[in-house]
Amino acid sequence: MSISDTPNQGWRAWLLTDTPSSRRHARLSALYRGWLSFSENPMTMIGLGILLVLIFVAALVPWLAPHDPFAQDLAARLQPPGSENYLLGSDGLGRDILSRLMYGSRITLYIVTLVTIIAPIAGLLVGTVAGYAGGWADVVLMRLTDIFLAFPRLVLALAFVAALGAGIENAVLAISLTAWPPYARIARAETLTIRNSDFIHAVRLQGAGPMRIIVKHIWPLCVSSLVVRVTLDMAGIILAAAGLGFLGLGAQPPSPEWGAMISEGRTYILDHWWVATMPGLAIFIVSLAFNLLGDGLRDVLDPKEGSN
Amino acid sequence: MAIASETGKGRHQPPFLLFLLKTGKTLVTIAVTMLGLLFVTFFIGRVMPVDPVLSIVGERATKEIYEAAYLSLGLDKPLIVQFFYYLRDILQGDFGTSLRTGFPVSGDIIRVFPATLELASLGTLIGIVIGVPLGVVAAVKRGTWIDQVARVIALIGYSMPIFWLGLIGLLVFYGILGWVGGPGRLDIYYEDIVPTVTGMILLDSALDGNWVIFRNAFTHIILPASLLGYYSLAYISRMTRSFMLEQLNAEYVITARVKGLSEREVIWKHVFSNIKVQLITVIALSYAGLLEGSVLTEIIFAWPGIGSYITTSLLSADMNAVMGGTVVVGLVFVCLNIFSDLLYRFFDPRAK
Repeated sequence: MSISDTPNQGWRAWLLTDTPSSRRHARLSALYRGWLSFSENPMTMIGLGILLVLIFVAALVPWLAPHDPFAQDLAARLQPPGSENYLLGSDGLGRDILSRLMYGSRITLYIVTLVTIIAPIAGLLVGTVAGYAGGWADVVLMRLTDIFLAFPRLVLALAFVAALGAGIENAVLAISLTAWPPYARIARAETLTIRNSDFIHAVRLQGAGPMRIIVKHIWPLCVSSLVVRVTLDMAGIILAAAGLGFLGLGAQPPSPEWGAMISEGRTYILDHWWVATMPGLAIFIVSLAFNLLGDGLRDVLDPKEGSN
Repeated sequence: MAIASETGKGRHQPPFLLFLLKTGKTLVTIAVTMLGLLFVTFFIGRVMPVDPVLSIVGERATKEIYEAAYLSLGLDKPLIVQFFYYLRDILQGDFGTSLRTGFPVSGDIIRVFPATLELASLGTLIGIVIGVPLGVVAAVKRGTWIDQVARVIALIGYSMPIFWLGLIGLLVFYGILGWVGGPGRLDIYYEDIVPTVTGMILLDSALDGNWVIFRNAFTHIILPASLLGYYSLAYISRMTRSFMLEQLNAEYVITARVKGLSEREVIWKHVFSNIKVQLITVIALSYAGLLEGSVLTEIIFAWPGIGSYITTSLLSADMNAVMGGTVVVGLVFVCLNIFSDLLYRFFDPRAK
């Protein structure tokens, strides 16, 4: 840190050095270079900005929201946007749409987070085991993956929720169930290329068992391609969750889930357009942000797949 | 299978035998996938609900009816036997009776499927007609404003909740401007006039020569089809662009230019011909995607297709109908996947 007199130049030079002095130094340096090329793209930064705002709002919503999201005021129902007290208007029960949207961001983040934890981990497990074990295990696991891959996602999620009952947790399970196969494919492909490399042979010679090799040496190398895929998938997850909510199969009213809000506003669409329009815009903006971020991440982490 | 085909390759067996082996392998793959598909549906429909009998007979059924349903489902038998019963029924085209409509599910599906097919086909057509040229132009004029516009169009398509866009479309083009017909396939006074041949109203009315109804049906289908078309356009244009970019860097393009061919000939005759096969695969996939993606669109536009059928059945806990619909959509999906795979092998000399 104290290499140079101007501290700003100092840590940049330290991070951009070609001769790292320690393992941590090299890792930080790689991270910083990644960040530099990542932050060059304005579209990506817009996406990141939107998501940071979303997280900020979701974290501090009790202090930020102007109204209680469940408080009904029938005297002030269906107020247009921009009216006093109701920046984005009020819905059919006189609830403030802005406050409901802000609380809804928590549900959206909750669903996205859970699915992006469950699905890639399930895929990683299946894919690495199939790739590393080979033989029958590989055939069986990959056939299973193909079957789930062959299934239309939304329809499978619908049937699943129908059997288990509506609700956020079941929606999460249903979406995860339809989302894991691509991760398994990616993880298997990565495992196959890593499995026979010299460093794995070296580790095995040192006496490491299959568990240790998979967990300690194969998983870390699968992560970057999985992360890219996850970010690109997040928009799809949001849209699927909103779709289930819209059909009344996800979060239940009066929960301010965005898809369910569109469904409530559908009744008023011809005379009071804002009730359904505002939550739709929210979904659109957030999934656009995830797509922008995913594009940028892909360019940094996975240059060979990048668009340019 | 794998061993047989590998030794076959080594010994230079006659091409006919190789072909048979490959076909056999493909057939086994298809069969296994279908079996898995049916098993998953079976699992979802019969095993996961807390009480599958209750979801069929309803909560107010008498004890006798409950017992009868219990036995007729074969629930007293082991799970694997139940699965075989289920398979046997489905192979005979028997998906059970729908609780909601009171008709056999298979008949219901035959009735509603053409509506979905009509919508998805028109959507895919729109996606191809706009998406392919857009992708080609974006690749050729890479980095210019056209490329940027194409990118933004695709990004918006990927990020848009399509059911919401449908609502807004209805509001603007039907509610405010009055340019298109409202929900449903026809205005109510035109319904049941043309005889049903294919079940697709555009085709049926054209066959009947009834152009008034054709026009009316067109005003109803154009909005939902455009929405689905936009969705597939986003995908098709992006894929076209990346396929084109891959080819444009190849050396034969330089050769063609050096030969003095016009830019138009280079792009459409040489480069585009080379991406056709990949493009067909992408289009088949997007077609399959639309068949399922139409679920939400059908709800918004009150379109009586298979998506509406599954969803309405679902909301009235009609598991037979849900399972039947899921199996059919799944089968169509698998078939389209296999079809595109076969096309790929057939047209791509390298895959032989």
